[in-house]
Amino acid sequence: MISHDEKYGWILASPYIVFFLIISAFPILFSAVLIFMRWNMLSPMTFIGMQNFITLFQDPLFWKSLINTGLFLGIHIPLQIGLALLISALLNNPSLKGKSVFRSAFFLPVVISGVVVTILWKQLYSTETGLLNSMLLSFGVQKVPWLTNTKIAMPAIALMATWKNLGLYVVMLLAGLQNIPRSLYEAAGIDGAGKISQFFHITVPMINPILIMVIVLSTIGGFSLFIEPYIMTGGGPLNSTLSVNLYIYQQAFSFYKMGYAATLGITMAAIIFAVVTLERKLFERNY
Amino acid sequence: MKRKILITLSYLLLFSLALSFIYPFLWMVSATFKPEIEIQSPNLIPSAFSVDSYRAVFNKIPIGRAFINSVFVSVCVTFSVLVLSSIVGYALSHLKFRGRELIFSIMLFTMMIPFQVTLIPMYVLMVKFGWVNTYMALIFPALISVFGIYLFKQYFQSIPHDLIEAARLDGYHELFIIFRIVWPNSVPAIVTVGILTFMNIWNDVLWPIIVIRTRNLMTMPQMVTLFATGGQAEAQIGTILASATMLALPVVIMYLFFQRHFIESMATTGLKE
Repeated sequence: MISHDEKYGWILASPYIVFFLIISAFPILFSAVLIFMRWNMLSPMTFIGMQNFITLFQDPLFWKSLINTGLFLGIHIPLQIGLALLISALLNNPSLKGKSVFRSAFFLPVVISGVVVTILWKQLYSTETGLLNSMLLSFGVQKVPWLTNTKIAMPAIALMATWKNLGLYVVMLLAGLQNIPRSLYEAAGIDGAGKISQFFHITVPMINPILIMVIVLSTIGGFSLFIEPYIMTGGGPLNSTLSVNLYIYQQAFSFYKMGYAATLGITMAAIIFAVVTLERKLFERNY
Repeated sequence: MKRKILITLSYLLLFSLALSFIYPFLWMVSATFKPEIEIQSPNLIPSAFSVDSYRAVFNKIPIGRAFINSVFVSVCVTFSVLVLSSIVGYALSHLKFRGRELIFSIMLFTMMIPFQVTLIPMYVLMVKFGWVNTYMALIFPALISVFGIYLFKQYFQSIPHDLIEAARLDGYHELFIIFRIVWPNSVPAIVTVGILTFMNIWNDVLWPIIVIRTRNLMTMPQMVTLFATGGQAEAQIGTILASATMLALPVVIMYLFFQRHFIESMATTGLKE
């Protein structure tokens, strides 16, 4: 006799079990096979051993895309955390009015499609006619070739991505700041600690878990950079904005190198995992 | 005195930052109503009001059809995620059965797998099922959400088990219990999962680009992306911006109505599109 819970447990959990087999288990196993194969989806698969990994190691474009993505993260994450900390600290001032209006304004780009934001910023960044450059000109600064210079294009995309995501992290940090008991600051004030010392000795340690979450989430998000370079630059100029995901997309859906694309995907997953683990080791504190 | 200066400075800084977040969108919307030659001006008020840009979008691409596709896909997916994820979430929180912990561990494990791993095999699967260029390719992979199950499970655990036992003694079926007893007590969780699912599927563009090639089945983000990157817009900025404005509009309208829910849902889960 099967108990009621036993029976209904499995019946009600079955949608997920079916879904897991099709959407997770099969793709993971299939990926594990594909990385040893050459396959263009038309002719049968050929087993080529470790050849995909050897190709990957010697593929200058893969390394280029990895460095580009690293550059993106290196600008995006510190900028994002710095600005989000600044804004949330300003908003956390109890005598500040209109908090929710500011919050809503910063949050607007978060909910809007990346496609819209990218199309908009492509116009703002336009060298000859863009708003940013005409503003710079009116301040007497020279025009900046935002998207046409190989050294500037990726930082420009990182700046836009920061603008798009900042609101989310402001709100997350603000929630963390509001949970810090006022009494901690008062006690520190009595002990003679200045505002800056309070910030680094009370605020930062207290919101460490949220900071870690922000760092990890923006790392994972940054590694999936795709639509921004796809629309803005197509990966150019001279592959300077080719992100890893854009490269995987090209290998799979422009050249139909399915085995190689799967190898790139698995390698990326390993790299993401390593970077996130490293970040946690570096920044996670048990106070 | 010092305090007053400090707060004034905070207002100034926050105000100029907020302006830099709002102004570009306002400029975009105003640019879509300007004659083409005026677009590059930073002014927000057009000298002459024109809807030519929007007319051009409707003439050049089947944007209406794309809108209907997007609504259809987003509504199907959101509905299915709410129903299926809450059923599974209920099983994992209020039913004791062997394998429950295993299922939960597997779920947590799959949440950690980056989509780069499953992307190619999922595409192959869609090809094998014959679903490329059909709604199924857009809807099926999103029918259930692991994150949704997780959120529902956590939330349902706060509902007293006695309430459910009592309903069982009254002879109610498990499904009745889920939708008539658990759901009315879980509105915040439903709102959170609903908003995040709808927004994600509405804004998703990578997957549609991969599995849909025929124009009549494209969702709005894909159609607008194609329009902006292909030659069809003939570099008419007003027209491209008009298509982008139309793409943003439904989510912005929802955001205006459910602002607090949007912000809270995303801040507590840390999820964005």
